[in-house]
Amino acid sequence: MDIARLDLRKMWTPALLLIALALFATLPLYASRYLVILLTSIAMYVVLTGSWAIFSGPTGYISLAPAAFFGLGIYTSAVLGRTSPLPAVILVAGLASFLVALFVGALTLRLKGIYFAMFTFGLVELIKYFLLWYEVEFTGTRGRFVVVVDNTTIYYVMFIILATLLLTAYLIRRSRFGMALQSIGECEEAAAHIGVNVNLLKTVTFAISAIFIGMAGAIMATRWTYVDPYIAFNPLFSFMPVLMAIFGGIGRFGGPILGAVVFAYLEETLITRFPYYYMLLFGIVLIIAVVYLPNGLVGLAQILQKRISERRHAHTGR
Amino acid sequence: MLEIRDLCTCYGKVQALWDVSLQVNEGEIVALVGSNGAGKTTLLNTISGLLRPVSGQITFLGKMIRGLPPHAIVELGISQVPEGGRVFPEMTVRENLEMGAYPYRVWRDKEATLKQVYQLFPLLKEREKQLARTLSGGERQMLAIGRCLMSRPRLCMFDEPSYGLAPLVVAEIFRIIRHLRDQGITVLLVEQNVRRALEIADRAYVLENGRICLEGACTELLENDHVRRAYLGL
Repeated sequence: MDIARLDLRKMWTPALLLIALALFATLPLYASRYLVILLTSIAMYVVLTGSWAIFSGPTGYISLAPAAFFGLGIYTSAVLGRTSPLPAVILVAGLASFLVALFVGALTLRLKGIYFAMFTFGLVELIKYFLLWYEVEFTGTRGRFVVVVDNTTIYYVMFIILATLLLTAYLIRRSRFGMALQSIGECEEAAAHIGVNVNLLKTVTFAISAIFIGMAGAIMATRWTYVDPYIAFNPLFSFMPVLMAIFGGIGRFGGPILGAVVFAYLEETLITRFPYYYMLLFGIVLIIAVVYLPNGLVGLAQILQKRISERRHAHTGR
Repeated sequence: MLEIRDLCTCYGKVQALWDVSLQVNEGEIVALVGSNGAGKTTLLNTISGLLRPVSGQITFLGKMIRGLPPHAIVELGISQVPEGGRVFPEMTVRENLEMGAYPYRVWRDKEATLKQVYQLFPLLKEREKQLARTLSGGERQMLAIGRCLMSRPRLCMFDEPSYGLAPLVVAEIFRIIRHLRDQGITVLLVEQNVRRALEIADRAYVLENGRICLEGACTELLENDHVRRAYLGL
């Protein structure tokens, strides 16, 4: 990318991010316990959605695999948590997800559109039932206990994962690699014609995005204390990132992040206020968003911005 | 420069190319003409590695390239302008061109190459910040040619560059193709517009039902009875 394009408008996003990072890093020192837990949940959804967007955003391949990598992370934590230090557990979870994604991606990323989406969803179910079979057959129990870690530590780990994810996403966007991903999404055939190694690039990016999801799963598992395959491989963790990304606006990277923050906060509030109807309310919000905000929250922001500047012009014109 | 021998390519169980042999010498414009479904695009896609041949040989500058992946073939200096241009609609004109310099061989020199391409297509320079989807059909074709040139190809393959364009634009595109040849780029030109193709090219091959049925210098083919009747409507 050339220097001319690094204008001020593109500089303020990273600057704002830095301020936010500093704020979040010091937060547990003065914030309430509840706020720390709430922010951890939101950060988890941002990690899931952001990782999903690294791959699915530019390429347009809709992956429903996040729950598979999230579950892999959870089980890494359940199996290794007792014997290994936390950082090692997190890294192993990331590595395991990376390798599985690399393997699966190499096999399936030749599939287009809906077929890829269906296969990735099948992957979640496949691993879930394989684990279930394994647990019943060889360990004799369905569930596992996970070593408990205190909330502040969980918060910090999630925060570090999130920061690494944002940095990775930013670097990819700016690089030759990111441009190539974009070109695959716009016209895969032309991308191949200009010399992009289409299959390799898709597979590697898919695997990179899986790392963060696996790591997020590993740390979240310590909050739940007990897991079984149904909890760990809950398909909701596949659908939520997609819904949140659509809600925020898929086009740019900021959209999915914003979508995840608002959506996760909304979920938390609705669950505590309306425990029986929250899914219903959730659905209504989503329908309204899809019908009236085709480009998500980011699209809405752009429309408002345009109106404000138009009004300003009208005033000065008089 | 490019030599193809007894090439056979299949789509699933349907064979699309039968024992195709063809040669392109350095500095030539070679036309490949034929009607719809004759296998012209299939042949180009087999050369550029998008399709894998069942049998036969493809050599480029003395090197076997059959079975190499598309990105390796672009790296060697064969570049294709796909049918309809296939530009990246949501990228700007400039970004489209920069993407053309994706191969490692040329990525570092992309600014210099970009200047040359803008010299050839001043119109693209004017539109450099516009999204490619806002361009007209002719402009898109020019952008696609520009993107192809960004990879500094030795051999440039055009797939139906005149398709769907106004006569004036077609004339301009053929002028550019001739100019590229004068610059030392070898051209393999696939066309349905047989008359124009034969006028501009040095030699030509006629492809029918996946087989090469005629070949020769364009001046001869223009006199050939079969060509005159089947393709020129005379």
